[in-house]
Amino acid sequence: MLNSGIMTRGARIAAVFGFALTLAACAQTKPDGLDGNAAATPGSSQDFVVNVGDRIFFEEDQSTVNVQARATLDKQAQWLNTYGKYMVTIEGHADERGTRQYNIALGARRATAARDYLVSRGVAGSRLRTISYGKERPVAVCNDNSCWSQNRRAVTVLNSAGS
Amino acid sequence: MRNLRTKTGCVAWIKAAAAGCLFALASLAPVVPAQALIEIDITQGTVEPLPIALPDFAPEGADAQLARELTAVIANDLRRSGLFKPLDAASFIEKGITANSSPRFGDWRIINAQALVAGSLARQADGRLRAEFRLWDVFAGEQMLGQQFFTTQENWRRLAHIIADAIYERLTGEKGYFDTRIVFVDESGPKNNRVKRLAIMDQDGANVRYLTRGDELVLTPRFSPTTQEITYMAYTGNDPSVFLLNIETGQREIVGNFPGMTFAPRFSPDGQRVVMSLQQGGNANIFVMDLRSRATTRLTNTPAIDTSPSYSPDGARIVFESDRGGTQQLYVMGSDGSNPQRISFGPGRYSTPVWSPRGDLIAFTKQHQGRFMIGVMKPDGKGERILTEGYHNEGPAWAPNGRVLTFFRDAPGANGGPKVWTVDLTGYNEQLIATPAFASDPSWSPLID
Repeated sequence: MLNSGIMTRGARIAAVFGFALTLAACAQTKPDGLDGNAAATPGSSQDFVVNVGDRIFFEEDQSTVNVQARATLDKQAQWLNTYGKYMVTIEGHADERGTRQYNIALGARRATAARDYLVSRGVAGSRLRTISYGKERPVAVCNDNSCWSQNRRAVTVLNSAGS
Repeated sequence: MRNLRTKTGCVAWIKAAAAGCLFALASLAPVVPAQALIEIDITQGTVEPLPIALPDFAPEGADAQLARELTAVIANDLRRSGLFKPLDAASFIEKGITANSSPRFGDWRIINAQALVAGSLARQADGRLRAEFRLWDVFAGEQMLGQQFFTTQENWRRLAHIIADAIYERLTGEKGYFDTRIVFVDESGPKNNRVKRLAIMDQDGANVRYLTRGDELVLTPRFSPTTQEITYMAYTGNDPSVFLLNIETGQREIVGNFPGMTFAPRFSPDGQRVVMSLQQGGNANIFVMDLRSRATTRLTNTPAIDTSPSYSPDGARIVFESDRGGTQQLYVMGSDGSNPQRISFGPGRYSTPVWSPRGDLIAFTKQHQGRFMIGVMKPDGKGERILTEGYHNEGPAWAPNGRVLTFFRDAPGANGGPKVWTVDLTGYNEQLIATPAFASDPSWSPLID
């Protein structure tokens, strides 16, 4: 998979800089580490991030869930249907090469596309909420498409287990 | 005509006095202007800046340092407008001029000053400042303007801006914009974890004050045209939402009770309504809320992203961006949502439209071939002009006189960030506004605040 290296790098950057605030703000369970070699407890959020993949990527100015993204979302759906205790927030993001307001809506469109796909794979819609951060929360900050492509994403974030 | 303008100016100062800040007691020794006084034609693209002499206001019992700083703020305003060239004080021949001097015009003609501002700054027995000035046409040897103000010491910067506005207005025939403020988003921290705070500053970058603490993400503040309020988007609670904030009391309230994220707010010209986008699944539609009745009305209903609404100054129409046709383009509709018409047809994507306070132009961001531009077009889409172009320019906002735009310019890479700039309507005279940190999403206050 062409993107796997980039994804891992993006996830590491996010773990170091970006996610702590986002996650803390939502009282979510934070994975302790994102090392692909770690033996994650099945059903843990670490298991989800490392073994399933918590994010999908989009083409520029698009919200279409492509083949690669569908494969990730299929695995997410299977995992979420196995571990039904989690409530989920899907965060939609855009790269910085757009205007602010449009990117807020574009991020929402991407989060909605991911949500709708998970629902189509049997995840209860009541477990899923969406939020868009537009271009406000990039994970990669270089000035070319290798970074922008990591920022055009929808991230499935596990919240504290629901009731 | 000139007399009328002078009277208009006095009315504005009386309004300022009613606001409790500044007092214009009288025009100084009014004289009937002669026919052929200097005038700056600012309709052309390139303007040769008018050479103007601004000797330091004479300190009459007031702090000489304060008099110097007052004069410097006036000169800086005029210089930054691009229309004036304040002359080097070292070239001045006549020394010690005051507001009540009869200038030796020959001394000022020799150094090619076309206009002369002669002022005095005195301290009253009650501690207040009294500023007087006369604006002279050096070659005609005529007084063009004479004014006197009283104010408290802490208002000295506003006093300087009001004097600069009076000079600008008298010499250009246009309303000034120096006694104004800009609300913006202060940005600190690394690019992938920015802390954003609402902040407000004078239009020259002075007196920065923070309105939020940075514990929540805030975006797109917009000034009310009529009150000391701003509307903006904040990430707080379950859904990010549009809020109102009173910048004097700090009181804040959510706008409406919408089922989902609201964003891209802007006031109506009468300040009584807020128009914004509501996200509904993958679509964003435009709604308006009446701030008195709290009634909300849907204005668009399309399977698209409709956002960035901005009223025409008469309140009759709204310009907005939509990707209903496939890419972001500008549309104009009635303020009831009727008859939307696409107005942008050039190559590229158009967004963040904002209607000029004069009504004659719409400013926008345009993206084409990886470049981000600020441009203007007429409300029917004709006459498109690009004012500035580069890696990333975004989010224009108008000065209240419709002559100048502010926008932000972002810089690439991990260490890059946005800064706030101004540009003349002609596309000339780009000026950076110095801010303490990165700054974005500027919005200009009305003239009298």
